[in-house]
Amino acid sequence: MALFALVLLAAIVLAAVLAPVISPQNPYNLAELDILDAKLPPGATSVDGKTFLLGSDEQGRDMLSAILYGLRISLGVGVISTLIALTLGMAIGLAAGYAGGWVDAVIMRIVDLQLSFPSILIALVLLAVLGQGVDKIVIALVTVQWAYYARTVRSTAMVEKRKEYVDAAMCLAYSKWRIVYRHILPNCLPPLIVVATVQVAHAIALEATLSFLGLGMPITSPSLGLLIANGYAHLLSGRYWMSFFPGVALLVTIVAINLVGDHLRDVLNPRL
Amino acid sequence: MLIYLIRRLAQSALVLFVMSALVFLGVYAIGNPVDILINPQADQAEIARATAALGLDQPLVVQYRNFLVSAFGGELGRSFASNVPAVDLILQRMPATIELAFTAMIIAIVLGLPLGLWAGLWPDSASAKAIMAGSILGFSLPTFWVGLMLIMVFSVWLGWLPPTGRGQTVNVLGIDLSLFTWDGLRHLFMPALNLALFKLALLIRLTRAGTREAMVQDYVRFARAKGVSERRIVRVHVLKNIMIPIVTVIGLEFGSVLAFAIVTETIFAWPGMGKLLIDSINVLDRPVIVAYLMIIVFVFIFINLIVDLLYTALDPRVRLGGARA
Repeated sequence: MALFALVLLAAIVLAAVLAPVISPQNPYNLAELDILDAKLPPGATSVDGKTFLLGSDEQGRDMLSAILYGLRISLGVGVISTLIALTLGMAIGLAAGYAGGWVDAVIMRIVDLQLSFPSILIALVLLAVLGQGVDKIVIALVTVQWAYYARTVRSTAMVEKRKEYVDAAMCLAYSKWRIVYRHILPNCLPPLIVVATVQVAHAIALEATLSFLGLGMPITSPSLGLLIANGYAHLLSGRYWMSFFPGVALLVTIVAINLVGDHLRDVLNPRL
Repeated sequence: MLIYLIRRLAQSALVLFVMSALVFLGVYAIGNPVDILINPQADQAEIARATAALGLDQPLVVQYRNFLVSAFGGELGRSFASNVPAVDLILQRMPATIELAFTAMIIAIVLGLPLGLWAGLWPDSASAKAIMAGSILGFSLPTFWVGLMLIMVFSVWLGWLPPTGRGQTVNVLGIDLSLFTWDGLRHLFMPALNLALFKLALLIRLTRAGTREAMVQDYVRFARAKGVSERRIVRVHVLKNIMIPIVTVIGLEFGSVLAFAIVTETIFAWPGMGKLLIDSINVLDRPVIVAYLMIIVFVFIFINLIVDLLYTALDPRVRLGGARA
C-alpha cells in the first residue's frame, strides 16, 4: 500500500513537473484554444480531430491539460510554503527547546494560542487583510503551519539536550550554535519529516479551499482549487467534469501524500 | 478549584485582550484605516469629516483605547453595505450557523461513536478495515469538493434535495430554525452532512483508539474474570472511560466546525455568518469583518474555557495538572 502510494506520488510529481511536455495542449495559450470546442463532455472529439479525454471548459480548454498545469501550481505552493514554514518553525522551536526559561514560555504560549484557532480561520483573516496573490497565500500558509513544526522540534529538542552526547559536546567546549545545529538538530529531524509530509497535504488542501472561496490564487495562476471553483458555475447544468476531475486529482494527490506520511511514521516511529 | 477557575478566567481575558490588539493592528494599522473604515465612494470633504469623527487623527494608543471602549459596549461599527450595526447583522445570522454546526456535530457523534467502537472491538474484521479506510478518505477529501459532489448527485442527477438555501423556517423561542419543518430539513441535510464528514472521520479514529486501549486494561480483564457480560463491559466499563477524551474533543471541535461552516455555507448558500463573512470580504465591507473576528474570537475563548472546566469536572485526575500549569 505504502509502496503503491509512493509510486503514485512520484507519478503525480513527475506529471506536474513535466506538464508542459506531456499535456495535449498549452491551456493558457489562447492561440491553441477554439471556442467551438467549449463545454465538450469527456471523451468528445473536436471538429479538427482533437480528443478531450476529460472534457473541456467554457473556453474550449482541455481539462486534462488544465489539471496538469493546476497540479504544478498546487504542488508548488504547497511544497514551497511547507519548506519555509519548516525552516522558520524549526529555528523557533530549537530556540525554545534549547534555551528554555522565559523564551520557551513566551514562544509556547504563542504556539498554543495559534493552535487553538482553526487554520482556515487564520488563513482567511490574513488573506482578507493582505489581499490576493501567490505571495500572500504563501505567507498565509506559512503563518498557519510554523507552529506545528515549532512544537514538534521543541519537544524533541528538550529530550535531546539532556542526552549524553550533548554533555560530551559541551565538555569539548563547542559553541552553542555548533551544538544546536550539528548535534541536536539532526536528531530532531525524523519526527519533523513526518509532520512535514502530512503538512504538505494540509497546505495543498487549504490552498484549494481558499482559492475556491475566491481568496487564494489569482486568476492568472489557476490551481486545482480555482479550476474546481470555475467548474462550480456549470455544475447545476449537469457539466460535472469541470469540477469533478480537478477534485479527483486533488483527492488522489492528498491521499497519496497522507499514505506515504503514514508509512514514514511507522518507519521512523517517532512518538508524536 | 476556585483558584483554578480564577486563573483560567484571567487567562481567557488576557487572550481576548491580545487578540483584540492583533485584530486592531491588522485592520486599523497595517492598511490605511481611512480606506478600511470609510466608504470608498465618499468625497474628499466627507473623508476628512469622517476621519475626525472616527478619531483616526489621534495617536495609535488613543485609537486602540477608543476601539476597546466601543467594543466593550458592543459597538463594532456599521456595515457599509446595509448601514446597520455590524454586530446586529452577525447576531442575526448566527442561529443559522449554530443550527448547521449543531446538526453536523450530532451526525458525526451518532455515526462516529458506534462505528469507532465497532472498529475498536473487532480491529481485524473486514468491516473494521473498511471503516478505517473510510475514515482516511474522510480526512483526505477536500470538504468543499465533497459539497459540490453532493449537490451534483443529490440535486442535479437524482433531484432529491434542493442544492441551496435554508428552506422554510419556523420560529422557536424567538429564533428561526429549519430543523422543525420538512422543507427545512431537506435543505439542512446536505450541508450538515458535508460539514460532519471530517469530524466523523476524527471521531471514528478517536473512539477506535480509545476502545483498543481500554480493552486491554486491567479493569476490563477483571470484569471479564468476574463474569460480567461482554455487552456490559463495553457499555459500562469501556464507554465510560473513553468518553472523557471524546467529550473534550467534541467540545473543542465545535469551534472548528463553526469555522469550517464558512466553506460549507458558501457552497450551499446557507445564510449563516460564515457566508456573511465571505460576502463581506468580497464587497470589502470591513466593519463586518472586524465584528465577525471579534465575535468568533470571543466564542472560541468561551468554548475553550467551558471545555476546560467540563474536563476538570469529568476527570478529577486532571485537576492537579491544571492547577500546576
